[in-house]
Amino acid sequence: MFKVTWHNLIARKLRLALSAFAIVLGVAFVAGSFIFTDALGGAFDGIVKGTTADVEVLPRGAGQFDSFGTDARTIPASLVAELSQLQEAEQVVGTDQVQGVFVISKEGKLIGGNGPPGLAFNYNELTAITGDRILTVADGQLPSARDEVALDVDTADKAGYDIGDEVTLVTPGDPPTMKAVLTGLVRFGSEGGLVGATITVFDDQVIKDLFFDGKDVYTNVSLTAAEGVSQVQLRDAVEGVLPEGLEALTGDDFAADQQEIIGEILGFINTFLLVFAAVALVVGTFLIINTFSILVAQRSRELALLRAMGASKTQVNRAVLAEAFVVSLVGSTVGLGLGYLLAIGLKALFGVIGLDLGAADMPIELRTVLLSYVVGVIVTLIAAYLPARRASRISPVQAMRDDVALAETSLRRRFVLGAVMVAGGVALMVAGFAGSGGRGLLLIGLGMLAILLGVALMAPVLGRPIIQALGSAYRGLFGTVGSLATENTLRNPRRTAATSSALMIGLTLVALMSILGQSAKVSTDKAIEESLTAELIVSNATGQFFSTAYAGQIRELDGVASVTTFRQAAAKMGDSQVYLQAVDPESLGAALQLPVDSGSLRGFEDQSVFVSSTRAKSSNIDVGDSVKLNFPAGPMAFDVAGVFPVGGAVAGDFLLTLEGLQRSGIKPEDSLLFISKEPGASEASVRAGIEDVLADNPTVTLKNQKEFADEQKGLINTVLYIIYALLGLAIIIAILGITNTLALSVIERTREVGLLRAIGVSRRQLRSMVRLESIAISVLGAVLGVVMGIAFGIALQRAIADQGIDVLSIPWPQLGVFVVLAGLVGVLAAVLPARRAAKLNVLDAITTE
Amino acid sequence: MFKSASKPSPSTSYTATAPGSGVAARAFEVRKVYGEGDASVAALDGVSIDFGAGAFTAVMGPSGSGKSTLMHCMAALDTVSAGQVFIGDIELAGLGDKQLTKLRRDKIGFVFQAYNLVPTLTAQENIELPLSIAGRKPDRQWFDTVIDTVGLRDRLGHRPNQLSGGQQQRVACARALVSRPDVVFADEPTGNLDSAASAEVLAFLRRSVDDHRQTVIMVTHDPVAASYTDRVVFLADGRVVDELRNPTADDVLEEMKVLSARSVAGTDSGR
Repeated sequence: MFKVTWHNLIARKLRLALSAFAIVLGVAFVAGSFIFTDALGGAFDGIVKGTTADVEVLPRGAGQFDSFGTDARTIPASLVAELSQLQEAEQVVGTDQVQGVFVISKEGKLIGGNGPPGLAFNYNELTAITGDRILTVADGQLPSARDEVALDVDTADKAGYDIGDEVTLVTPGDPPTMKAVLTGLVRFGSEGGLVGATITVFDDQVIKDLFFDGKDVYTNVSLTAAEGVSQVQLRDAVEGVLPEGLEALTGDDFAADQQEIIGEILGFINTFLLVFAAVALVVGTFLIINTFSILVAQRSRELALLRAMGASKTQVNRAVLAEAFVVSLVGSTVGLGLGYLLAIGLKALFGVIGLDLGAADMPIELRTVLLSYVVGVIVTLIAAYLPARRASRISPVQAMRDDVALAETSLRRRFVLGAVMVAGGVALMVAGFAGSGGRGLLLIGLGMLAILLGVALMAPVLGRPIIQALGSAYRGLFGTVGSLATENTLRNPRRTAATSSALMIGLTLVALMSILGQSAKVSTDKAIEESLTAELIVSNATGQFFSTAYAGQIRELDGVASVTTFRQAAAKMGDSQVYLQAVDPESLGAALQLPVDSGSLRGFEDQSVFVSSTRAKSSNIDVGDSVKLNFPAGPMAFDVAGVFPVGGAVAGDFLLTLEGLQRSGIKPEDSLLFISKEPGASEASVRAGIEDVLADNPTVTLKNQKEFADEQKGLINTVLYIIYALLGLAIIIAILGITNTLALSVIERTREVGLLRAIGVSRRQLRSMVRLESIAISVLGAVLGVVMGIAFGIALQRAIADQGIDVLSIPWPQLGVFVVLAGLVGVLAAVLPARRAAKLNVLDAITTE
Repeated sequence: MFKSASKPSPSTSYTATAPGSGVAARAFEVRKVYGEGDASVAALDGVSIDFGAGAFTAVMGPSGSGKSTLMHCMAALDTVSAGQVFIGDIELAGLGDKQLTKLRRDKIGFVFQAYNLVPTLTAQENIELPLSIAGRKPDRQWFDTVIDTVGLRDRLGHRPNQLSGGQQQRVACARALVSRPDVVFADEPTGNLDSAASAEVLAFLRRSVDDHRQTVIMVTHDPVAASYTDRVVFLADGRVVDELRNPTADDVLEEMKVLSARSVAGTDSGR
């Protein structure tokens, strides 16, 4: 039997390739996700290890988690001299590291800045735990004066600066921008590149003057071990002489802590990508089921012949599964290769949004390879199981018959099963609504999945009226060719439905996302319109913080009545990360009308917080309670003064006062400024004044309410586009599915096509026939998908209404465009099968047995 | 039936026209060669033949005689290697795919041995197919005439799989006739049918010639089927070797025996 399988595979190379394609794409996405996140992880590992010495001395608790802000605590420089006495230490170096120092290119553009940090520090000659120097001078001299800096080679190259040029820098200090002469270039030790981070090197004294008020302090002290001394021995020695409030960590522990923080973010990216891989695989499953069903149907006589010659049911079943197994191996292998290319594509995509991986390795880990094959093989075998089982049911006598009909489960049974699944899905969703938080959303998600699969099962029946409606339009527009196409589509409802199901799933998700996106945008507009009273807003589109100096300067301008400062940070409450906003309660009222669910703004003091309605619900917090928030510097307790609804101008879990946040040990850096002008002042002149203050800094910009709203909506759009781009893969698989089905159908109907050609159907008419059939399949999938997307969109918007998306808005024109695009997808999918049908030699076709 | 009792002497001139006037289709010095060089085989080796308008002609011959190839070339389904083929006044050589398609649609009707109908269409839709793809409306009166001749009025709404083999072939005949083609080509139309169903189909083809002056050219290997025709042309080794006028089944059978014997002898001597 193995021989039969093998010969089948070789004889049908094209069909093999087509059915392998679904696997290829699904596996490619899985492999690509892992390769890419491994590459990211590797690059970050390189940076972390490449900047860590054998022992790091830090303020206690610093570096335990990412608080977004900079730890305000410092280490007295005298400690360096003390530690230098230790004979276990080889090098003892004090470092002043500052985040938020960005380089502006010659063209006035920000380099990096979309997430990767802009690091600044004083030069050191430390050796990292990797054994390499953290920094080496690549060219020129190190800076020695206040108006001198060195940059890393990549950043200087990207910004177009040469040694001797005047460099513009954005800093978190005062002044917020500065110019300095580039005296030299440094090279970073790790080969994986800086992942988009930029390095600016200052003179030791200059960095203290600029960012630490001239105090003789360091942010951390790094030590390397003397010959024969281990990290642990060195740490223990250091611990012995450390004053209160500081701690020493071995380089390995420190790096592990950092990697854990980074790992959370990478895990998120990986999960995000794998969700799309899962979508691709589900869609691919439909394609495989369909392809194998058709192949089995076409070969039913051959299979019956095998049975007649004495092959057992099991053997026939195995023969089909063995074929699927080989297909899955080939598909997984190619998919793995394509995944590597996809990872390179992802690298480029993320490079565009600032996560520059440079020359980072793209490692294909054994885990990635195994997972790719396991996923590919398992999905294929599951998908091929049903057709294989059906193949084994072919009775031997059918070999003798002219027309072999395969026993298929009745549409009725299938419909009932689908209906049960839909009902179950609805029940799950209802339960999800009743539940709360993540559990509720999980139930809703599972409900959606059940409904999606249920509708896919019901599609052969549900699709009929849609195809028939389309058919009458076809007949009117294209006459006989139109009705031939319609009849072909209705000929095998299962096949049509399964083919369109792939597109249906893709479009359900696209429609769902477009509805959520549109609702989010409208909700944003509403929130800004309803609560924002300030006329002008200063913000950083990339989310980086900026110098507090701007607020002070703007406050001094003529015509400015008030400036309300917002700051952001993260803290931990128990194990979960919470997001904080801080504002000055005095000037809050001038900026916005903060809606309050309970409690009162009058009670908003430095030791009190406002909690968001969602956090209040999920963590069971109410007015009058006390909450403990953990900062790197240690825990702080706050009284809950009120609850604010999510979705207004204030995001995050807690709202603190500026002073309250500062007490937690986080260095003040602003994230948003709301500016109200004096009643008589002209907006133009106030704007001009502020623009003047912000000159030289392309990262921080001034907006009015509408522009601010547009900026927020722009962020939503960016997320939407990324999601659309990734869902595009599901659409590509769906297109291939349609192409595949049509191509196999054309092969199956060779004689019929020949007959049509013989009695005078032109090539063109034949091509339109295939094309119309393809459009019918796509539009069917699109209509079912969009309808479900709308239903899911409404449901999900209701479910997360209390998380800020409180207005439902359905983008009808956009949904219409999706259906039209689906029609175009149909045209595209039909290109090859139509050409194949038209190319058939009439004589060969009608003489084919 | 339109048959003469007298047995005509075999003619050696194969370009003479059959009863009626004019030529519906003509082959002149047609050669069809498959393969190249030493491996080449001439399926048709200089065939010249006229098919008279309004006549029912059978083309017969042993397997490999070239009868199917001749029909495919005559019916604009295949191209010739040399020589000329005419449908009416139109020479096929030099026509592109579009023109050939149009020719098949407008001037030619087909009846094949099997797989003759589009399974998704009803009998009526199948019959009207050549007209509707041309965007023409069927002539109601002619349509009714054809339907009544084939006797399928109560089956018009049925799909092919609801019809017997004979009925399906009658639908195919009706489809071939409904566009009033210049020539109907029938390729072993009774090959898959039992004798009763064969008789129905052949009688119908005969009637279409007698009553409506339709031209029908039929490839067959069945002497009984050939006996329904006005003229039988015999092919052997890619050449026209003989013909019979107003044949009886026995005449045809006799001639076939002779041809087979000659062909076997020829094969033997060739080795």
